[in-house]
Parts: sequence; structure tokens; C-alpha cells
Amino acid sequence: MSQAASYKWERFTFSERLARFAVFLGFAIALSLSMRSVQIIPEFLYDAPTQVADLFKRMWPMDFAYYPEGIHHAMMETLHIATLGTLLAIVMAIPIGVLGANNIVHFPLLNWFSKLILVSSRSVNSLVWALLFVAVFGPGPLAGTVCIGFRSIGFVGKLFAEALEEVDPGPIEALTASGAPWFSIFLKGYWPQAAPAFWGVFLFRWDINVRESAVIGLVGAGGIGMVLDTALNLFFWNRVSVILLSIFVVVILAELLVTAIRKRII
Amino acid sequence: MTVDAQSDGSAPPQRSICIENLSKEYVRGKPILKNISFTVQGQSSVAIIGPSGTGKSTLIRCVNKLIPPTSGNVYISGENITHLTGRDLRMARRKIGMVFQEFNLVERLSVMENVLCGRLGYVPSWRAWLRKYPQNDIDNAFALLESIGLLEFARQRADSLSGGQRQRVGIARAIMQEPHVLLADEPTSSLDPKTSVEIMELLVSLSGEHDIPLLINIHDVELARRFTVRVIGLSKGGIIYDGPPSELTNDHLKQIYGGENWLQ
Repeated sequence: MSQAASYKWERFTFSERLARFAVFLGFAIALSLSMRSVQIIPEFLYDAPTQVADLFKRMWPMDFAYYPEGIHHAMMETLHIATLGTLLAIVMAIPIGVLGANNIVHFPLLNWFSKLILVSSRSVNSLVWALLFVAVFGPGPLAGTVCIGFRSIGFVGKLFAEALEEVDPGPIEALTASGAPWFSIFLKGYWPQAAPAFWGVFLFRWDINVRESAVIGLVGAGGIGMVLDTALNLFFWNRVSVILLSIFVVVILAELLVTAIRKRII
Repeated sequence: MTVDAQSDGSAPPQRSICIENLSKEYVRGKPILKNISFTVQGQSSVAIIGPSGTGKSTLIRCVNKLIPPTSGNVYISGENITHLTGRDLRMARRKIGMVFQEFNLVERLSVMENVLCGRLGYVPSWRAWLRKYPQNDIDNAFALLESIGLLEFARQRADSLSGGQRQRVGIARAIMQEPHVLLADEPTSSLDPKTSVEIMELLVSLSGEHDIPLLINIHDVELARRFTVRVIGLSKGGIIYDGPPSELTNDHLKQIYGGENWLQ
């Protein structure tokens, strides 16, 4: 009892505290050094509030009359690009995800090959994918759809592979012991356990793709982005504001829809 | 698929498990099972008792090659399955039903589908995918669910059941395989004492009814004594005792589990 009172406990040892301090110091030094090399032009910086105010002034009043004639069609196209692109991604991501799950496919080379595809899909930005497919298919929604599909494989495939790897091995063992063939084990053992995660990923990716497909039009891959690009180039700021607002509204609606569906399936 | 299933009641090799000089080493030179041999046949229920970590689970998994044995042979109804692989191994595994400690049901599937999972070795994958199981299987599954008192749960998800109910479904799944032998790995360890007794009763009665020899891993000596006709005591990878439960003495138990203070 008496001895217990003299024990001391601290979250970090002295050397740990020293190490943490060194890390903070390192960050502070890096920050102050980079402040000197990053070239901020003060004139532009001071000017910024006036510019923003000017931008908003030109955006007002919003040209709502333009929505039905010029925006609605493009907005629908954007939603189609996002949805079809996500479906395309899923078709490609399922086999690649299965190939990447090391509890299903026991060949490290194939796992590695799958990881390579997934990483290359993710490492290329969607705008770059869009430029690529605009060059291949010409400008328009086809390039956008394929771009969204290829960009999403990495995301959907990786998370699907992880969901498969986290599956409880017990039921798999039971189905193996019953003499079930491989595909039946996948259907009745792996899939039911990974399915909620899979559909969750699908919905989340669709939500992201609605936002992404609004952007890729800037490089000619169809949808609302193309309309935005035109409006910006022609300085139709009161149209730009309507386009931005409608993107905002659609993204919010997509978010609400996804949340509602997720609640149902999980 | 049509020939072998139920037609063997009259076939010459009796339903049996025969284990011959079976050894298992996970690490070379450190055997966990040493030269195990025994035979279980006909209508009999056999318990394997022994302390944790002595290789009971490994032994039972060596029977259906979920864990490949290092040496020795396993015969199921006279067929040596030790060196089978691929399709042949799957065909052999259909003859071996297995019940697990943690039930190992597919939680998100319905009770009915879990029971039908016992037929996956017989049913082609596309039928399983479309859930078009043969009507005969569905009839058998309903009959089995009725006999274990879970008929009204057929459409419920497996994860909505209690532990005892889940284990019943696990047993029904194993019986659906129309197995030659039934293995049970600690089938009562996750259950309360009353449910444990009910599950043991069910296992023994189904084994008798369907004429399937039963091999149970169990660490509850009293349950083993009460429900089985033969006890195999395992300790340090070898068989210490093999005989009727009535002749299992405290001396044997001392030898199997070590120590004696736990014995009353």
C-alpha cells in the first residue's frame, strides 16, 4: 500500500517527449522555410476581397430563365454519366477485387497484379482520364462515362477486396467442409458477408461520381461541365451562378438519397 | 450425384471413420498429434476428450482434410481420402458432415438457405446462385427443420436466432449432406448447460436415426460420459484412454488433464 503511493505514471517518457518536441520543431522550421520560397504576389492578395465582391456582383441576379433551355439537359447528362460510369466501374471492379483478396486468391502474383490495376486507376486524376478518353472517343458523354468508370475501378475494387479479406472465415470453413465447389463458396460464403460493404461502396462512389462528372466536362467529356466552361469563357456570370447553384443542389440531393438508401440496406 | 447418396445402406463397407497412424506437425519435429489410430463405425457416438491445445480440433480437421495430416491415413467408409485433391476431395467431403463450436452459419442468409448450404456439394453453382434448389432438397430441408423444431424460423435470418437454435441449424446443415459420418468440434462450448444437453441429445438421436457414426470433440467430461458409448482421451498428442465411459476413472482423467485438485 505505502509503496504504491510512490509509483509515478506519465503518458510519455522523457525521451519520447524529446522526440515529439523534435518533430514539432522540424515542422516549424519547414513551414518558415517554405514561407520564403513560395511566391505570393502581395498585390493580388490585397486585391482578393475586391475581386470576390466583384465576382458576386456580376453573378447577381441569377439567370434562372436559362436553366430549362441550357442547363437542365446537361445536368441530366451529368447524372447519366455518373450512374453509367459507376455501373461500368462495378462490372470491372468485382473480378479485380476478387483477384486482389489474398484470402480468396492464394497467388501473390495475381494479388499484386490486381493491386497494380487498382493503383494505376487511382493514381491518374479524373481530369487526366477525361483528356485521355476525349482523345480516344472524341468530346461528349461517352468519353465522360468511360473516364468515370476507369477512375472508379481503383476505389471500388480496393474497398471490395478489403471487405472480402475481412470476411469471417468460419462459414467459409463450413462450406468447404461440405464439399461445395469454389464458386458456390463464393456465392454463399463470401458474397453475403461482403455485400453490405459492397453496396455501401457503390453508393458512396456514385455520390462522388456525381461531383466528378460535373467537373470533367471542363475538358470536353460531356455534361454540366461543358456548359459551365462555355459560360465562363463568354463571361456570362449570371449563368455561371445558376450552374454552380444547380450542381450544389444536385450534390446535396445525391447525398440525401445515398444516406436514405444506406440506412435501408445495412 | 444420383448414385452414391442414399443407396449405400446395403453396400458392403459399413459407414465408418478409420484413422491409421495419423500424425500432424505444424512445425517440423514438433508433432501435435503422434501416431493416432482408431476406428469408429456403425451406430456409435464417440467422444474425444482432452485439455485445450492438445490437438483435438486438429485431429477432427485432419479427418476431412481441412487441415492436411503430415502422415498416416484416413479412411471414410473404406475409401482412403488422405491423398485426394480437387474434385475427388470435394466428393469425399460430401460424405463427412461437420458441426462447429461457433456454428459457422452464414449470418445474413435465412435459416432455410443455411440448411440448404449442406447441399452445395451436390447442387451445381448456377442453381445455388439462382436459388433454384431441387424440390427434393427443399422438402428434406423442411422435414429436417420440423424435426428440430425450427420450422417457423425457416424464413428468418440466421443472426436473429439464439445460440442453441443456431447450433440446431448447423446440425441440420450437416445432416442435409446425407453424410456417412458426422464430426462435431466442441458443439456445446458456446452454449449454456441446459442447451448443451439438448444439443447433445439432438446429435446422438439424429446419428441414431440416420445411422451415422458420430465423432465429437468435447471438453465436458460429464456430457461425454452421459451421451457417448466410447471415450477417447487425448493428451500431449497421444491416446491415453480408449474405452467405454463407465471404465473412465479419475486416474485416467488425472493422466489426461494433469493435476487432481479439480476432481471432486
